[in-house]
Amino acid sequence: MAGKTLYDKLWDDHLVKQRDDGSALIYIDRHLLHEVTSPQAFEGLRLAGRKPWRLDANLATPDHNVPTTDRERGIEGISDPVSRIQVQTLDNNCDEFGILEFKIKDQRQGIVHVIGPEQGATLPGMTIVCGDSHTSTHGAFGTLAHGIGTSEVEHVLATQCLVQQKMKNMLVQVNGKLSPGITGKDIVLAVIGRIGTAGGNGHAIEFGGEAIRDLSMEARMTICNMSIEAGARVGMVAVDDTTIEYVNGRPFAPKGEQWDQAVEYWRSLHSDPDAVFDKVVEFEAEDIKPQVTWGTSPEMVTGVTGMVPDPSQEPDPIKREGIERALKYMGLAPNTPISQIKLDRIFIGSCTNSRIEDLRLAAAMVKGKTVSPTLKQAMVVPGSGLVKIQAEQEGLDKIFLEAGLEWRDPGCSMCLAMNADKLGQGEHCASTSNRNFEGRQGFGGRTHLVSPAMAAAAAIAGHFTDISEMNH
Amino acid sequence: MKALQQHKGIVAPLDRSNVDTDMIIPKQFLKSIKRSGFGPNLFDELRYLDEGKPDQDSSQRPVNPDFMLNQERYRNASVLLARRNFGCGSSREHAPWALEDFGFRVIVAPSFADIFYNNCFKNGVLPVVLDEKIVDQLFAEAEANEGYELAIDLEANTVTTPSGESFTFAVDDFRRECLLKGLDDIGVTLEDAGVIKSFEDKRRVTAPWLFDAGA
Repeated sequence: MAGKTLYDKLWDDHLVKQRDDGSALIYIDRHLLHEVTSPQAFEGLRLAGRKPWRLDANLATPDHNVPTTDRERGIEGISDPVSRIQVQTLDNNCDEFGILEFKIKDQRQGIVHVIGPEQGATLPGMTIVCGDSHTSTHGAFGTLAHGIGTSEVEHVLATQCLVQQKMKNMLVQVNGKLSPGITGKDIVLAVIGRIGTAGGNGHAIEFGGEAIRDLSMEARMTICNMSIEAGARVGMVAVDDTTIEYVNGRPFAPKGEQWDQAVEYWRSLHSDPDAVFDKVVEFEAEDIKPQVTWGTSPEMVTGVTGMVPDPSQEPDPIKREGIERALKYMGLAPNTPISQIKLDRIFIGSCTNSRIEDLRLAAAMVKGKTVSPTLKQAMVVPGSGLVKIQAEQEGLDKIFLEAGLEWRDPGCSMCLAMNADKLGQGEHCASTSNRNFEGRQGFGGRTHLVSPAMAAAAAIAGHFTDISEMNH
Repeated sequence: MKALQQHKGIVAPLDRSNVDTDMIIPKQFLKSIKRSGFGPNLFDELRYLDEGKPDQDSSQRPVNPDFMLNQERYRNASVLLARRNFGCGSSREHAPWALEDFGFRVIVAPSFADIFYNNCFKNGVLPVVLDEKIVDQLFAEAEANEGYELAIDLEANTVTTPSGESFTFAVDDFRRECLLKGLDDIGVTLEDAGVIKSFEDKRRVTAPWLFDAGA
């Protein structure tokens, strides 16, 4: 019998009941909540007279709607009354049901996918769900983590389980060593560019290979975060020393004897050498260049030295129409060099790229330099209150401010523009976020997804530059 | 949840691939704490020429005459015909809420994004996967014939065209059963409360660090 994949092991360890109809009840260890996708779930519990099954499995924080300025005023500082009600509703629901919440003024508040790992609330071997598709982030720790809808948020609250069908296994193998300046973001964008935005549909992706093993936890999180942009709800990396060192000493992590017991189990969280994957895709790390998206889907991506494609060269009629539509929305002509796209704003932040390593990479790029006068704005939004504090202890805030970038308070911010941070119509933004969909960062806004180092370099140059050609 | 056994309705063809849930319902409408009332803002950025805001009277807004749902012939559509990878991106359940609130009960496409597909079933909306060639044919027929209707039978797993041509589709048993009967799946799961409890008790022993941890 063939060995098990990491996904098989996590599935088997959480299987409560296999039903005759092919569905399965899967136990959920950690449930993360935020203000946007939870109010209707709590309301559902109330209407049915149900209580949360297990309070200590839940952790909540407001992130999507929170402003990135004026935070000392707490909820009162949210200018949009509709947003304010939503954040207040999360507070009220967590208070009423007894769920631990890092409220808006708590220094532990932040983007839900940043605070889970930061607190050690994300631990290897867990099943983790949240009403947010970027829950795949947590798979970097060898967890089975994925986004769910609001009905399932209610289901997990009420039963501590989800009804699931087992997915297929897919391995994305990145061989060899990355070139200088290439990051997790470039890897995952290159993967999406190759397999497409539906390439991982129905699959749990495991990222492996030497280039992945060499990465920090932050970079692994960036990659797993965007597995959903390749269509896979689940992205995972096997547990190794890097994982265990990152988790050690965090507030929710086990201690003493339980730590030793946990580590022994965590060491088993990798695919067996003879495990069989339904699909395998291989990449050579040295081929990966700094990536920039030019269109309105994350698969519309190319290297920074490349050009906007010419739709007339695309044989597939559906894809051709997609390219034509994207170029019209983006206001770009075919064959425009990526380096000649005019930028208006820079956004460094989001659950993809707002952790301390991301901010360090961006700061190194702008240190002692000045933001291009052709830009309207360049902003840095740390992923959590604790990331912000750490960055300030390292003096990163001063580097950004002296270069002319704005240093904001933590939240999802311009990644999806539910708060006041958004693009104007027609504006081009170099963004470290995860989606370049039409209108995502603001009505009529035009997003180019890049790594933090690429965004920071673009802030200085006013356009995209090939950072792999710079001195390191 | 509304049950669905058979449905027959006018087909609205949305001819673009990779329609994401941001496009189905933009973020500003996600600030609502209710699960109804999203219909007027379904496909907001395609449907209207201005920027939509929550709590606005959409009947007063300038509409995009080129967008399919603004054409009289599709106004009462209840079957959405779509292209590859429909519903990709964000997990927002507001997307099926908006589709359902507008009046769509069935979506036919060559493929769906996983989370969206699952969310539909929780809201009485049936996503039907048909081969791309068949979807191409349905697009051609729906665009050529005003009032074009499809009949969907979830008991027989079939989609039938006005000419009587019938195509079968696959749905897994659990989702099908819940939708046919309009079941509350939390109630179904809680029938196994004892099994869950004993699994959890074992887990407390084998992985005690997962319980009562805290800052």
